Amino acid sequence: MPVRIQTADFDVSTELAALRGTDAHVGAVAAFVGTVRDVNAGASVATMSLEHYPGMTEKALAAIVAEAKTRWDVFEALVIHRVGELNPTDQIVLVGVTSAHRGEAFAACEFIMDYLKTRAPFWKKEFTTEGARWVEAQDSDDAAAARWTPRP
Amino acid sequence: MRDATAPTQLKLVYLARLREAFGTAGEDLAPPPEVATVAALRTWLAARGGAWASELAAGRAVRIAVNHDVARPDTPVRPGDEIALFPPVTGG
Repeated sequence: MPVRIQTADFDVSTELAALRGTDAHVGAVAAFVGTVRDVNAGASVATMSLEHYPGMTEKALAAIVAEAKTRWDVFEALVIHRVGELNPTDQIVLVGVTSAHRGEAFAACEFIMDYLKTRAPFWKKEFTTEGARWVEAQDSDDAAAARWTPRP
Repeated sequence: MRDATAPTQLKLVYLARLREAFGTAGEDLAPPPEVATVAALRTWLAARGGAWASELAAGRAVRIAVNHDVARPDTPVRPGDEIALFPPVTGG
């Protein structure tokens, strides 16, 4: 399953090994791991709660992965996104892509993350020293996603 | 063909900040038949006043999905649809 939503942590090595499998056509594996920072927008973050919209999340991520596969010659792609309570230094998200060459793998991996940030229904709530607050969407994320259109 | 006088039975879902502001994760609603688009539904809900009026006011960034697909203001609303209202996403 190329898309997983889970509360449990993930092991990057295990996931990337599974993604590669025994396919000797693979010459490049690109991966991105997003992690929880202990500071955001000027406040110290003690813990974070991540929620999503079950049903739509899986559909949106599958569509993003499918779109990446139409744009670049990638063999396999994987998205794991955690939900629930998370603490600073915890892993939040893993995107992995296999391809014959690094250019395709890097580009597809970055594309998937940029689209995930703006299209997948996840929301972060931070519990900081100044109280709880929902994280605000960033214009810079919209700008990052907009770089990919129109199709290359 | 749809009965133009029948109410439109919808399943509403509220997420993240909107769920907290509205005090509920969702509800089944039957708006009048003239509520035929996503934009009309938003206006109809905002007319409840209070948090509904402030959160759904024109100019507030609200995303709406119909049956798990992101909708536009002119996206039709049909009986049986699951319609979710939420703030701009912040995952990753």
